Amino acid sequence: MVERVDTTLRMPDRPPPMGGGALGWVRANLFSSFWNGALTLAALAVLLAAVPPVFDWAILSAVWGQAAPEVCKATHGACWAFIREKYHLILFGRYPIAEQWRPIMAIAVLIATVALSCNRRFWRAWLGAVWLGGLAAFGLLMWGGILGLAPVETNLWGGLPLTLILAIVGIVVAFPVSILLALGRRSHMPVIRAVSVAYIELIRGVPLISLLFMASFMLPLFLPTGMKINALLRAQVAIIMFTSAYLAEVIRGGLQAIPKGQVEAAEALGLGYWQSMRKIVLPQAIRAVIPPIVNTFIGMFKDTSLVAIVSLTDLLLATKQAISDPNWRAYFVEGYVFIAAIYFCFCFFMSKYSQHLEHELRTGAQR
Amino acid sequence: MSDPRHQERGSAPRPSRPAPWNDPRVRAIIYQLLLIAGVVALGAYLVSNTLANLEQRHIRTGYGFFGEEAGFFIGETLIPYDAADSYGHAFLVGLLNTVRVAVVGVVLATVLGAIVGIARLSKNWLIARLASVYVEMLRNLPLLLQLFFWYATLTNLLPDQQDAIGLGPGIYLDKEGLRYPLPEPDPAFPRMILAAAIGLIAAWLFARWARARQMRTGAIVPVLWPALGFVIGLPLAAWALSGAPSAFDMPHMEQFGFEGGASMSPEFLALLFGLVTYTATFIAEIVRAGILAVSWGQTEAASALGLRRILALRLVLLPQALRVIVPPLTSQYLNIVKNSSLAVAIGYPDLVSIANTTLNQTGQAIECISIIMAVYLSVSLAIAGFMNWYNRRIALVER
Repeated sequence: MVERVDTTLRMPDRPPPMGGGALGWVRANLFSSFWNGALTLAALAVLLAAVPPVFDWAILSAVWGQAAPEVCKATHGACWAFIREKYHLILFGRYPIAEQWRPIMAIAVLIATVALSCNRRFWRAWLGAVWLGGLAAFGLLMWGGILGLAPVETNLWGGLPLTLILAIVGIVVAFPVSILLALGRRSHMPVIRAVSVAYIELIRGVPLISLLFMASFMLPLFLPTGMKINALLRAQVAIIMFTSAYLAEVIRGGLQAIPKGQVEAAEALGLGYWQSMRKIVLPQAIRAVIPPIVNTFIGMFKDTSLVAIVSLTDLLLATKQAISDPNWRAYFVEGYVFIAAIYFCFCFFMSKYSQHLEHELRTGAQR
Repeated sequence: MSDPRHQERGSAPRPSRPAPWNDPRVRAIIYQLLLIAGVVALGAYLVSNTLANLEQRHIRTGYGFFGEEAGFFIGETLIPYDAADSYGHAFLVGLLNTVRVAVVGVVLATVLGAIVGIARLSKNWLIARLASVYVEMLRNLPLLLQLFFWYATLTNLLPDQQDAIGLGPGIYLDKEGLRYPLPEPDPAFPRMILAAAIGLIAAWLFARWARARQMRTGAIVPVLWPALGFVIGLPLAAWALSGAPSAFDMPHMEQFGFEGGASMSPEFLALLFGLVTYTATFIAEIVRAGILAVSWGQTEAASALGLRRILALRLVLLPQALRVIVPPLTSQYLNIVKNSSLAVAIGYPDLVSIANTTLNQTGQAIECISIIMAVYLSVSLAIAGFMNWYNRRIALVER
């Protein structure tokens, strides 16, 4: 006689209690084992040693508002008076002080344009026109020369407007170039493929700084004798060349993700190559790689700081110049922290936006 | 054949070939010829412009300057160098300095990145949070800004040599950099290197033999400890047999600063620290993604097979995670090599700095920049080649 076995599963009515409240959370997340507890205590000790002095330096003992360097010397806290004194140089470079409202307006126009483009509802054809208008307004405000605005040469541009325009024009121009390169790399025509591969691999194989050197030392040699090319434009060319190669690889990844049936269906409908790419393949391919595209933009925004090495007064070089003032030389930490906060805001916003978009597009595809 | 349509179709001529300008194959050839013509024309235009410009500015061409006297001083060198040496020699010094910072940087960034990546997955809330804050902070700031900051910190906020911070016996940190003791040269050290090489080969042979034996008989031979014995034990034996030299060249304070020992300049330290802390944030994300990519079922399956935790990690989890980790990791290594070129901004004499100085002295921009590009391009292509080989080796073998 086989012993009877109770085969019905006895499920408990509800999961066992997790240990309630804050204390339970602390135990589960901070002191789950001996080593975990030791790690927590060690981390707490480090935080306790580091945070109060930093807080004291940055806030409590800091010198705020307008003050002479001697006032700062008397305290051990941060000297934010340095930023107050030099903010014009840091943010706008050597742009004439009397015209300061113009770079401020120009930055506002650019940021408004970008903010508008962040909303997916506005991803329509007219957005291109808005971009053209925004860039034109930026150029008008910065250059001047008409409408009663005093002309300002690009060698006086600097600081945040310079960083932003290098990044934004870089993105706007590199994007279509990179689409052509990505399509070229997947072309069936061997010569077109070879040229695209050579360009992409050559650019991706060398550091940006060598391209910037090339743009500033070799580009003038490439042009007809006597023709001069603006330093800002030279750096911009290097940034566009660099970004388009990296972006092309990202977009190629998106193209590879599109099933062959899509192209075949487009051909069956009688669409030509460019029509099928523009209407069928590219919209899907680019949508699939929006997060890495935004990551490329972030990297490129950070990389604009390299133009400091070829003496363009971007945000970073302007800060270095502000620090080189002998009266304020001791306060380089404040200067770097200030622009680090600016760079961080832009990059952090972009990476959060990319995550948000990724989420939105995924839920859109799942339906 | 009474249906007129059939008749019509039967009698109609075969559709003629499309006109040549509508034939895709003809078009493809035309497009490619146009592209070739465009590239050649552009190249010819640039070359002719360049030659005219060089002539007008009286700049000579060619790499003849390589053999000439460089005439500039280099702050830190791995091989002997003097201002009277040639430009070619100076370039070699710069290349070795690039290699030095890149190799040390790759090792340290991997270690730090792996630790932070694992810490972000920790069940300990505080540790995971701290790791996230570190990653989010540093990777959203330009590397050049970080390098400027570390360099300014090292050279401004550290004490003078007289009040150097002692970090251990014979290790001092101050404005002039880091000083550390170095063993006195002794014939024992070349022997130890030889012994280590022999030990590596022996360990490899032993591992092969153990594997073959396990395949044949099923008996597991422990490999780790004998291998460690070969690799560490043999050099130690060589050291002991050579009379166990233990003399150190200790840095000590003289009238005008430290003497003796070895040192790292603040430029090197700032570049290394900046590169390592910046790249480690990216490596941490790669490691985290790699670990998360291995599904929990694999762990369960491994323990269902009776594998212990260590064995499950080594035989099941790590190989799968590495497949996800290695390709992006290689491109981060490549980034370290390329980003080390930012050395030029803080005055560390790497390849780009030397090329920049040479460019300013000789005016031969094309030659100097072509050398930089050629070196980085060959490193990139070599690493890309290695990665393709590795990818093929570890690719999933599908049914």
